[in-house]
Parts: sequence; C-alpha cells; structure tokens
Amino acid sequence: MADNQNNSAALTVKNLSVYFGKNEAVKNVSLDIAARAVTAIIGPSGCGKSTFLRAINRMHELNPDARMEGEIKLFGDDIYSKNVQPVVVRRRVGMVFQKSNPFPTMSINENVTVGLRLNGIRDKKILSERTEQSLRMAALWDEVKDRLSAPAISLSGGQQQRLCIARALAVQPEVLLMDEPASALDPLATSKIEDLILTLKKDYTIVIVTHNMQQAARASDFTAFFYMGELVEFGPTTKIFTSPANKRTEDYVTGRFG
Amino acid sequence: MSRTKSAFLPLFVLLIFRREKKFDCMATTKMTTATGQFGDRAFKWLTLAMAFAVFVLIALIGYELASGSHLAMQKFGWRFLISSDWDPVNDIYGALPVIFGTVVSSLIALIIAVPISVATAVYLTELAPLWLRQPLIMFIELLAAIPSVILGFWGLSVMVPWLHAHLFPAMRGTLGFLPLFKGPDYGPCILAAGMILAIMIVPIITSVSREILRSVPGLQREAAYALGATRWEVTRIAVLSYAKKGIFGAVILGLGRALGETMAVTLVIGNIAQIVPSLFSPGATLASTIANEFTEATGDLYYSALFELGLVLLGVTLVVNIFAQLLLKTFAGPSVKPQN
Amino acid sequence: MTAPNHNWRQFKDVLMRVITFACAILVVTPLVLVFYHLLKEGFTSINWAFFTQLPKPVGEIGGGMANAIAGTFILLGEAALIGVPIGVLGGVYLSEYGGSKLNWWIRFAADILNGVPSITWGIVVYGLLVAPHLPGFSALAGGVVLGLMMIPLVMRTTEEVLQLVPAGYREASLALGIAKWRTIVQIVIRTALKGIVTGVLLALARVAGETAPLMFTAFGNLGWARKLTEPIAALPLQIFEYAKSPYDDWRRQAWAGALVLLLLVLAINIGVRFLTRDRFKAKI
Ligand SMILES: Nc1ncnc2c1ncn2[C@@H]1O[C@H](COP(=O)(O)OP(=O)(O)OP(=O)(O)O)[C@@H](O)[C@H]1O
Ligand SMILES: [Mg+2]
Repeated sequence: MADNQNNSAALTVKNLSVYFGKNEAVKNVSLDIAARAVTAIIGPSGCGKSTFLRAINRMHELNPDARMEGEIKLFGDDIYSKNVQPVVVRRRVGMVFQKSNPFPTMSINENVTVGLRLNGIRDKKILSERTEQSLRMAALWDEVKDRLSAPAISLSGGQQQRLCIARALAVQPEVLLMDEPASALDPLATSKIEDLILTLKKDYTIVIVTHNMQQAARASDFTAFFYMGELVEFGPTTKIFTSPANKRTEDYVTGRFG
Repeated sequence: MSRTKSAFLPLFVLLIFRREKKFDCMATTKMTTATGQFGDRAFKWLTLAMAFAVFVLIALIGYELASGSHLAMQKFGWRFLISSDWDPVNDIYGALPVIFGTVVSSLIALIIAVPISVATAVYLTELAPLWLRQPLIMFIELLAAIPSVILGFWGLSVMVPWLHAHLFPAMRGTLGFLPLFKGPDYGPCILAAGMILAIMIVPIITSVSREILRSVPGLQREAAYALGATRWEVTRIAVLSYAKKGIFGAVILGLGRALGETMAVTLVIGNIAQIVPSLFSPGATLASTIANEFTEATGDLYYSALFELGLVLLGVTLVVNIFAQLLLKTFAGPSVKPQN
Repeated sequence: MTAPNHNWRQFKDVLMRVITFACAILVVTPLVLVFYHLLKEGFTSINWAFFTQLPKPVGEIGGGMANAIAGTFILLGEAALIGVPIGVLGGVYLSEYGGSKLNWWIRFAADILNGVPSITWGIVVYGLLVAPHLPGFSALAGGVVLGLMMIPLVMRTTEEVLQLVPAGYREASLALGIAKWRTIVQIVIRTALKGIVTGVLLALARVAGETAPLMFTAFGNLGWARKLTEPIAALPLQIFEYAKSPYDDWRRQAWAGALVLLLLVLAINIGVRFLTRDRFKAKI
C-alpha cells in the first residue's frame, strides 16, 4: 500500500475549513500528515480537534449542518473529489472513537470480521486469519482466543476498546484515526493502548486526538496544536514540547491554561 | 437560551408569588410551615389516590367481567373455550369459532403490516431525506387518529367492493390451489377484516418502531460508517440488529391492538361465527361478536356468554400487552413511550 | 482501491431506499383514500339540515344529526370532568412523588389499561352502571366510560410533560421556602400547562371517535336526550347505525357524519400540533 512512502505525506490537508451552520469549527487549516508515523492533535476542549479528524474520513457529512471547504488528499487522491464516495474513503481511513462501541449483538469474532464481510469476503480461512492477525495487532488475541464467539459486550471496557481497534484494523485501512481512544480507560488499559499505537505505526499512519500531554509526548512523532479552530503550531513532538515557537502552545503544553 | 432562562428563574418564581400576594409575611413563618406541611401531605395523598385509580380500574374490569361471565362459566366450564358451537338460538355457546376468527384476522394483519411498518420506520429514521421525514410522520400520526368506525365504513363501502372486483379474482387465479383462497367470495370476509386491521395497526407499529430506532445510540451508527458501510449496511448491522428486541415489542403491541379492535372489524368481517379454511368466507372475532350481539342478547346465559367472550378477550390482550410492555421497557427503559 | 463488490453494495443501498420509500407511500395511501372518499361522498351530503335537524324515520328522505353532534360534545364534556382531574393529578404523582418501584407499577398499569380494548370498557361500564339501572342506558354511563378511558392516557402524557420542566424551576422555588405542593401547582403545572392541555385534547380526540364502548352505555337516541339519565345520541354511534343500513339516504348521511367526525378529530390533532410546534421541533 504505502510502501516506500516512509518520508512522504499520507494526508495533505490544504485550507480546510469546516462549518456547522454559521459556526466555523475548523478555520483554514493546512498541514501534512506523515505516513507511518503518529501525529497527535492537542488543544483545549471545543477547539475543533474532533471536527478536523472527522473531516479526514468524511464522517462529518453525517451531520446535515456540517459543510467543508478546502482540500484533503490521501496519498495523492482528493478524497472530496466528485467521483469519490465517502464509503470508499472510510474504508481507507479507519476510525476509533472515544467511547468504545462494539456491536453488542455480535460476538468478538463477528465484530472483527464485519468490515471484511461487508466487502464481500466470505472465505472462512481468510476471515479467521484476519481475525487472529487483527486481534494480535490490537494486543487482544491472548486474552480472547479461547472465546471468540462470546458476545463482544462480555469484555471489559479496555478490552472493548482494543476490540474496536482490531475491528478497524481488520479491513487494513491506510490511515487510522483515533479520537481520545484512551480517555475512558484506567491507567493500565491506557498504557496498553499506547504501547499498541507504538507498534502499529510500523504499518499504519495514525492520527490521534488526546487531552493527555504525557500521552502525546510519549506516543507521537508529530504534534499539532489547535486553538479556537485554528492550527496554531505543528511540528515534531519533541520540538512542540521542548521549544514551542508560539507562546500559546507553550502555555498549553506546560499546563498553564486549557 | 435555556441558560439565560434559568438565571432569571428565582425572579420568575418570585414574580408569580408576588402576584399571588400570599407569600409576604415573615412573622407567620411558623404558621406557613405548619400549613405547608399539612398541604404537602394532603396534596401528596390526593395525587396518590388519583394515581391509584389505574389499579382500581384494572381490578374493576377484572371483577365485572368475571362476575358477568359467572353463569356461562358454571354452565360450560372449560368446554366454552374448545367447543365450536356458537348457537344463540339453542342457548349453546362455544367460543372456538370466534377465537379462531380473532386469531386468523390478527395474523393476516400482522403478516401485512409488520414488513411495511418496519420498512417505513427504517425509511423515516435512517434513509429518508430530512425534509420528507416530518411530513410523513405527521401523515402517519393522522392515520392513527382516524376513528375505527370511519375506517370500517370506508372499508365496507370502498375497500370490500374493490377487493371483490380486483384483488380477490387475481388471488384466486394465482393462489387458488390453496384452500385458503378457494370458495365463493362475496361481501365481507376474514381477509378483508385482516386488511382493515393491518391499516389500523401500521401506524402504531411504525411509530413505536421509529422511537426504538431513534434510541439506537449514534455511536453504533458511527462505528459502522467508519468501517465504510453504506447507509443501508449501517442500518442492517448497527441499527436493526441492535433494535431487534424493541421492534419485536412494537409488533406485539400492534398485535394487542389488532386482537381487540372492534368497529372496523365488525363492519367488514360478516359476523358469522364459523371455522372454515377459506379466507374469502365471513367470520367473527371476540370483539365483533360482542359488538354485534350484545344489545340484542336475550336471556341471562346469552349475556353471560358474551361477558365471557369479553373476559377471554381481556385475558388475551392483557397477556399480549404485558409481554409487549416488558419487551419495550427492558429494551430502552421507561423513555420509550407506549402508544395506543 | 475500491472493494470488488462495490457496485453491488451501492445498488443494494439504492434498492433498499426505493423499497422502504415504497412502503412509506403504501402506509399513507389509505389515509389519502379515506380522505378522498369522505370528501367526495360526504361533502355533497352535508347541508344545513344535517347540522340542525333530527334523524328522520326510515323511508323519509332528509333529516340530520343535530342530536348526535350535540351528544358527542356532551359526552366529551362529561368525560373530561372525570378523566382530566384524575389523570392530571395521577400524572403529577408519577412525575413529582413516589418511589421508583411504585411508580413503575403505576406506569405499567396505565400502559396496560391503554391497551384494554374499547369494547371491554363498554361491557364493564354496562355491568357497573347500566345493568343494575344506576341509571341504565344513559348519557351518564356514556360519559363515564369515555372518562375512564381517558384516565390512563391523560396520566401518561401529563407525567411526560411535567418531566420536561427543568429541575431548576422546582429547586428555585423550593429554595425560596415555598411548600412543595404550591411549587407543583404554581410553578411546575403552570409551566407545563400547554403540554397538559395538549395531552387532554389529544385524549379527547381519541375518545371522540370511540363507538364500541358507547353502544352499551349511551346507547343512542333518535331524538334529544332531555336528562343525563336518558340514552343519548353520539356521532360515531349514528355513523355505525347508518353504515350498516341498506338505505341509500342513510348511507349518504353516514358519509356526512363520518366527514364531520373526522374533521373534528383531525382538527384537534392538527391544531394541537401547531400549538406545540416549537416543543415538538426541539424534541426531533
Ligand atoms: N454536531 C455539531 N453541531 C454543531 N456544532 C458542533 C457540532 N460538533 C461540534 N461543533 C462545534 O464545533 C466546535 C469544535 O468541536 P469539536 O468537537 O471538534 O471540539 P474538540 O476539540 O474535539 O473538543 P473536545 O476536546 O471537547 O472533544 C465546537 O465549537 C462545537 O461547538
Ligand atoms: Mg472531541
């Protein structure tokens, strides 16, 4: 997929603005998101992080009031071009949500394979291979391998979140978006997710929204700081956290406001 | 907006009481608390007594029906339920034919109404363009408001003749090899009753299903969208499977309504208590028999038998409704509004 | 990078939209048809006499349903006298007092009562008032049966609208030292009054069309009822009688009666919707 694109951008965002009615939630944001790296998005509540993220896989279109301007390219393809359907974009750009949302009527196994089955894959062997592979990547395999047909909601909160990650991974997306994936979890489960992110970036491009500065500093390669819908500063994580160029960034990462 | 409102609240409250001019005297604080306490207790008991009316009514209904059907129960015992003779002339009463008619007409109604209603609910919550939803919902609510006697009259004067002219001949042509669609067809019949019932229960099943679908968390839908599912796939994997139980509850609620529906059925079913395989032949239901014969009943046993039909009807609808309510309540807590 | 079955999936998506849309159309068709036929048949039959005259005996052409129209309003008035106080106060209890367990049972019982077939109500009140001649077939018995049917309906809607009143209103009032019952009566109920009235009107619209329970209670009357203890005519009863009849002129009058009744019921329903437009919008 994204072979030898290690240094190039997976996503190119140009002059992106997103509106809810008259309210401009994301204001003229441009940035490149590197392939096979973790990009963290930080900023105070309500600054447009989730909105930005959802524009990347066109999830904001589910809201009839939402409207976007600008351009987003995924490995060179304009995802908002007329002949591209959101379904295809979302297939290539997976998403994990703040609150875990496994399908409660499905088993663990079915949750992982549902995306593949939608894509017409029926072969039992492929499905079970992909299940194991995705669950291993999500660091859940050892915990659930003996009860794959148990209902998904029988898992703990942290396990459910990792199941959702496995579900997103199973369709082999090119980019994985994570909107505060660990904010509802206890510290142990959170550190598991962080480890997971570090392993996943070998194969995936990851964009993660977080309120946790330590998490951003530990897990990400690049950091973007949003404030009131604007991109204030974007750069390598070490730079943002040690020598930010902008006063507001400094105030935020050192915990002086927000 | 609500925030500014609540900021003015104490003011608003004060204004109301200023107008009442009763709430002004600090010196009588003790008195007011005392009367306040008394007033509080009295008011609470008053409202409690009124709320208890529902239990009183249920007891009353049960008692009246049981005592009214005493005579028939004594005379026929359990045979009442399994005997197939409903013969007022000889003062012999068996409820089987009317139970048969009730069950068959309600089943027909469900077979027609369930797929249509659920599909409509899905369309209204998931697939329809936003501008179309509100008008359609209003139409369906208005359909639910049509009095059943009007629907029955329309069925008798418009629908039944149309069925005999067009639909029934076609059914006989294609499905005539089945005993269900054999035999002469003229005038009112069980199939027509089933169809009128379907029209009557569609709005309930639709609107309760719609509430159920609306209560499916948005996160479930988003999970499916994020996997690249189309709108219909989202509906299928995230919404319908989540809402299965609740929709089942909605269907059962519709069944309860169909079983007890009276006027529309009375007008189009023909009111002949018989057990025959053909859906083109007239029949009778528990409710239609009571409606049709009660005012003309002669003799205590006849009355009592009709009361017992009412008791059977109450029993059946009670069981069905309790089942439906439990399904709906366990599905979504008390927020899902029961509709009838 | 599109999935192999992409076109098929898109096709299925469109297909399901079409099918469900067709079902929605099928659902509203009867409404349109009923309305069409009622207007077509009923409109030509409505005249001044329909509203001012009594029914004529068989064979005589003409006459009207003046007594039935009046009777329906009288019955509704009686029903409101019984159903509204009990329903509203019971709803107040459900919303403002009570432990969750008892309230669960009260709600449950009310929901079950809402599902009791209307014919059942009819024979129950027959057994209660008519058979023991207290006072027999009468306007009173008819009003009672409709009133009883309103109780659970009004109770549930009242509870629902009271719960829409923000808790802050109650707290603000209680914090001023105002007794709870006066808070309820003067703040909570007053704030929710529009919603309560809406619920009552909808319940009235619902029982206005009831026929089955009236057959064994109000009974019907070809003339005027002079006292509440006499049988009384009602629009639905009269429609039913005429609908069954083989006489063209009676059926013509049945259409007219049905049109008037439907307009009454729909007017309440639509009027109420306008009254509460904002609230409903906010909810949807
Ligand atoms: N569905 C919506 N409708 C209208 N406005 C919205 C909607 N979602 C978000 N907004 C607005 O867009 C702005 C950005 O919201 P967004 O959810 O992107 O913030 P966020 O940075 O993710 O905040 P948080 O950290 O709290 O999740 C906010 O001002 C919010 O009010
Ligand atoms: Mg957010």
